[in-house]
Amino acid sequence: MAAVRHFLTRHGRRLVVWLPLLWLVVFFALPLVEVAQTSFTEPRRGIPPFAPLWGFGEDGFFTNFNLENYGLLVEYSQDYLRPAGNSVRLAFFSTLICLLFAYPMAWWIARSSPSHRAILLVLVMLPFWTSSLLRIYALIGLLNTNGFINSMLLQLGLIEAPIRMMQTDFSIYMGMLLTYLPLMILPLYAVMIRLDDDLLDAAADLGASRVEVFRTIVLPLTVPGIIAGSLLVFIPAVGEFVIPALLGGPEQVMIGKVLWTEFFRNRDWPVASAIAMLLLAILALPIIYARYQDGRETALDRAEDAGRGGAA
Amino acid sequence: MTRGISWPALWLGIIGFGILYVPVTVMVIYSFNSSRLVSVWAGFSTKWYGELLENDAVLEALGKSLWVAVNAATLSTVFGVLIALAFVRLGNFRFRLLLSALASMPLVMPEVVTGLSLLLLFIAMEGLLGWPAGRGIDTIIIAHTTFGMCFAAVVVQSRLRDFDMSIEEAAADLGARQPYIFFSITLPVIAPAVIAAWLLAFTLSFDDLVIASFVSGPGSSTLPIVVFSKVRLGVTPEINALATIMILLVAASVVIASAIIYRNSAGRKAAAATGGSGHES
Repeated sequence: MAAVRHFLTRHGRRLVVWLPLLWLVVFFALPLVEVAQTSFTEPRRGIPPFAPLWGFGEDGFFTNFNLENYGLLVEYSQDYLRPAGNSVRLAFFSTLICLLFAYPMAWWIARSSPSHRAILLVLVMLPFWTSSLLRIYALIGLLNTNGFINSMLLQLGLIEAPIRMMQTDFSIYMGMLLTYLPLMILPLYAVMIRLDDDLLDAAADLGASRVEVFRTIVLPLTVPGIIAGSLLVFIPAVGEFVIPALLGGPEQVMIGKVLWTEFFRNRDWPVASAIAMLLLAILALPIIYARYQDGRETALDRAEDAGRGGAA
Repeated sequence: MTRGISWPALWLGIIGFGILYVPVTVMVIYSFNSSRLVSVWAGFSTKWYGELLENDAVLEALGKSLWVAVNAATLSTVFGVLIALAFVRLGNFRFRLLLSALASMPLVMPEVVTGLSLLLLFIAMEGLLGWPAGRGIDTIIIAHTTFGMCFAAVVVQSRLRDFDMSIEEAAADLGARQPYIFFSITLPVIAPAVIAAWLLAFTLSFDDLVIASFVSGPGSSTLPIVVFSKVRLGVTPEINALATIMILLVAASVVIASAIIYRNSAGRKAAAATGGSGHES
């Protein structure tokens, strides 16, 4: 025990950095290198189902670098590039729809009395803590041809034949809303709760209509929340697998599902890796922008903290 | 008037909460339906819960999921605390930029990419080092720890930033050594965040389907993997029952935890208002 304590005292600082750094290099950075490498290999029958990219054989060092897998993505663009386009389109509109509902919800929460606010926040966070797979499953029970909505409408005599809701863009958007709405609400709430009431009152006293107050004050001041929330929804939505797999049809195939099928069903690991690289290429800009935004946010927070400390 | 919200906004908000809660509510109700047909209500029954308890495959998967989640959450929390300490306490150490990039990228990495890349790494490592021999529970724990620690770090960091350094300085002035200070002062103070980080990492691990599917081996199916294979075949009352139990358990713990936190913070605010405590003088 004394030896351990001595070791911690002497090397504690280094351990604090090196343990997590080493873990993340080995289990996060290296795997990405591995995917990049595999995307240039040739598929073969065997374990693993691809030829090594480089190594040392009888004739010394060899490489098997080829661009065949990327060629396939372009050649069979119906099967690969079209789903990629689908992903961007569905994720984009999902983000907009989430924003449409999240904005009034966040405003409602931010404007409530503190005790109501606590309850509403728990109601928003609760789904976030429960399994999204199970919530999507619950949605299927609602939207199915013989599901809850259709059987209710049929019984009430409002429709004569069941409406097809599953395997449409509609079911995808419902699934995305169910999964990602809380992620949009929280950053919006965070900026709205900081809005100065006096500012809004002053504008109203000076004769601004509600629309004018919204357009000239509320909307510009909540832009950081809109951007943060949109990135939090858009980035995972593009790579989503469960939603297109369970709720989508042939018209809603997304890139995450194509990767899954190539890997598990076709066992074509090199093409699956090339699809992963394509997905990363699509998300590179939003991810870099999110990090830049995040960095600016923490810098602003720190500056604000420093300002507050100076004033006290 | 400017403080209120307008009617269209209120309706959108109500629909929004409806989308979050109606599907799950209907599912909970139908889990007590005695008919196997999901669309026909044939009377109240708990027989699906009984059948669930006799389903060995589900119970075994539940056991594996719990074991994976407990281990992954614990490892994630330890690493998450280390990352948070590094960023908040160590100033500009070497590789700060690298660590901050590596600790935030997993938060936004698509799950299919994380899963595929880790599997490829495990296979390459097996070829080179002979470890890990095959894939199973261990590889799932490693995968979950890798993204869990990044979420844990975010949670712990925010609490650590608010920490009053003068307590630690006082302890150091009185001759306490660093590890002792950490375990007897810092850790108890940041304990709520550490617990929250553990719970978050646990939930993320327990709910993960995609990454676990890639890095699990034969015979190491976790609960989401089993549920997913059943869900693909359609809606069944057994899964309604299973989902109801899981969702209600989580809901109950979140509500209880929030009530405790809310009461604590309300109590602290009241104490601060009467001048009882608080260091923000």
